[in-house]
Amino acid sequence: MSEPGTLVQDDQPLLVADHLGKNYGRLTACRDVSFALYPGEVLAIVGESGSGKSTLLQLLSAQLAPTGGCVSYRMRDGVLRDLASLGEAERRFLFRTDWGYVHQDPAQGLRMAVSAGANVGERLMAVGWNHYGRIRDTASSWLERVEIDTARVDDAPRTYSGGMRQRLQIARNLVTEPRLVFMDEPTGGLDVSVQARLLDLMRNLVSELGLAAIVVTHDLAVARLLSHRVMVMKGGRVIETGLTDQVLDDPREPYTQLLVSSILPV
Amino acid sequence: MNAPAYNFAYLDEQTKRMIRRAILKAIAIPGYQVPFASREMPMPYGWGTGGVQVTAAILGPDDVLKVIDQGSDDTTNAISIRKFFGKTAGVATTTSTTDATVIQTRHRIPEAPLHAGQVLVYQVPIPEPLRFLEPRETETRRMHALGEYGLMHVKLYEDIARFGHIATSYAYPVKVNARYVMDPSPTPKFDNPKMDNCPALQLFGAGREKRIYAIPPHTDVVSLDFEDHPFTRYRFDAPCALCGAGDSYLDEIVTDDKGGRMFVCSDTDYCEQRQQAGHRGSESAAPHKERAHV
Amino acid sequence: MTAMIDITNAEKTFTMHMQGGVELPVVRGVSFQVEPGECVVLSGPSGAGKSSILKMIFGNYRCDGGRIGIRHRGAVIDLVTAEPRQVLSVRRSTIGYVSQFLRAVPRVATIDVVAEPLIANGFARAKAREQAGALLRRLNIPERLWALPPSTFSGGEQQRVNIARGFISDLPILLLDEPTASLDAANRAVVVELIGQKKRQGVAMVAIVHDDEIRHLIADRIVDVTSFAAAA
Repeated sequence: MSEPGTLVQDDQPLLVADHLGKNYGRLTACRDVSFALYPGEVLAIVGESGSGKSTLLQLLSAQLAPTGGCVSYRMRDGVLRDLASLGEAERRFLFRTDWGYVHQDPAQGLRMAVSAGANVGERLMAVGWNHYGRIRDTASSWLERVEIDTARVDDAPRTYSGGMRQRLQIARNLVTEPRLVFMDEPTGGLDVSVQARLLDLMRNLVSELGLAAIVVTHDLAVARLLSHRVMVMKGGRVIETGLTDQVLDDPREPYTQLLVSSILPV
Repeated sequence: MNAPAYNFAYLDEQTKRMIRRAILKAIAIPGYQVPFASREMPMPYGWGTGGVQVTAAILGPDDVLKVIDQGSDDTTNAISIRKFFGKTAGVATTTSTTDATVIQTRHRIPEAPLHAGQVLVYQVPIPEPLRFLEPRETETRRMHALGEYGLMHVKLYEDIARFGHIATSYAYPVKVNARYVMDPSPTPKFDNPKMDNCPALQLFGAGREKRIYAIPPHTDVVSLDFEDHPFTRYRFDAPCALCGAGDSYLDEIVTDDKGGRMFVCSDTDYCEQRQQAGHRGSESAAPHKERAHV
Repeated sequence: MTAMIDITNAEKTFTMHMQGGVELPVVRGVSFQVEPGECVVLSGPSGAGKSSILKMIFGNYRCDGGRIGIRHRGAVIDLVTAEPRQVLSVRRSTIGYVSQFLRAVPRVATIDVVAEPLIANGFARAKAREQAGALLRRLNIPERLWALPPSTFSGGEQQRVNIARGFISDLPILLLDEPTASLDAANRAVVVELIGQKKRQGVAMVAIVHDDEIRHLIADRIVDVTSFAAAA
């Protein structure tokens, strides 16, 4: 039975969601979500379109203010803080340093017109790196880690293939060695062969760096390969949660059984 | 045209007050772009409507006005703005940098040192230095507010990645008073050091973009750079062909269709003052020398 | 208690919501213990719930009742009530599982598939690969295949890769689900040898084996699963 990589043991949660909810007027996008994420742990949020998983991801990453409940994050100084209590400057700083956010569409997460080196180096420059040579060297070594030919460091991502763009986006996010990465359908829109390579890469990086990750996906295979734990969402609620292989091999809720049985055999 | 038909310096007094308030705020927050209700002026956008409104708002009857365009007092744009204020305000005009109290400029800072009491008014096409990489105004404002200027270095990084050095040669970004990153308008980066700790007040007006910003006298202005690619000035490596100056910013002038060219001071006043003082360049003694080659 | 595994009255029922909520009782009253160095073989006809019990011990299937005590890092932990992170911790440092089928990430080389559990437990990559290579050689996987992903291998080869992956770590508990099913006689002998070696190291094992000869060779005790059959 294949297991996702090493889970760093740590008794203090990194991120805690407490009765989190979001309404748009009468419409409930997400309600009463509570869980704790520990350092090095990968959590997959699965469900169909409209199940509220993307809203949840935005709530968790403080891009959207909840209408109920709260999200707390353990800052690098070890103090657990309510994200709503952070100033905008602190929140944005967190986003640029301790967090990563991988968009489904790399064009949203990259600056398509500037070189790969500058894309990776931007976060470094944002935290005060001021030596061109060192920034470029660091960017190159990250390109290598995500299996992009370093000869392409000065090329803009618009000249890259879809899979390369997604890998570049990952490098751009990981360069500041974040502790938590949010991923929104990271393999969506890619060819199957490209997906496999990306998944393998992400799996290795996550375990090598001891990253915690929250991955939104509708693809149960992605959840199985990447995550330790799964939350199944339907109609804005978490209907089932547990170890990834438990939920996928022994689904309890009717909807989860439907999801699992809907996987097309190859 | 009948001068009395216009209020002094064209704009009505309420408008001038509004602009002065914006200017005062801009001076209070060096480098910060203050929005203002830019008016329609009797000239097209891009001809200096921002600078003209700032000048109109600060001009008094005793002022002496100089207007330059790319350093020159005698180009169409400079002449028409000078005449505009001559007619609508009746102020004295000059081409002398030293004698002027208000200097409106497009794309240059005069070579002669400015002194206390002078005001330099810049015409600005695009006031936002971050616009190159961030098209959203809401986002650039937030970046200024939070002092998030990593993006500015991305632009410089790109220059080095593409050209091997920082190729940005004009509108070179500066940090004002160790706080706001500012676009110095499309002046050549040769002029950037003149902005630092300058005894004159520097005002920037962008008419189409409706922004005013300022550098108060004696303010720190630092050009952005990398440790391993420090800021450098650039000028053509030649003396002025007319006055022999070796320290002024030069324009390249094509003299024929056979590759003939000469380099002359872009600041016409500076060049003429030097010639009057007896300085000579390679072309000044024999003004028709190139004809001899034919 | 000295037992590595101590199961009391564990039960499992599947509710098939896709079939109109049909309840499918699998096992009930599962109770047995496994001591260190002991190999318990589960016996019973197909469908009696042998694999389900194995999966319950691994925490892969959730129990509906009872207790599954596992000696983990010097303490006893009940898998029925354990937190997901505790189950993961148990799997990393206490229980290994060798299934009939290999489920590996595409594109990962065989040698790395086998070495991964060691690397996850903090071994240096080179050292882990060295041990993986030794085990693969012992299981007669030719060296030229090591750099290839196992997804292209034959069923028997895949199973041997799986066995190597399962046997590489020094875990105190091993669950074996038909480890010799599609192997030839020579490789079956290797597996029997590996199991004997684990026993001498004090590893507690629970196995499902259909082959009478193999069962005879490895079993210290046989637990008849039919006694746990849940009446429908």
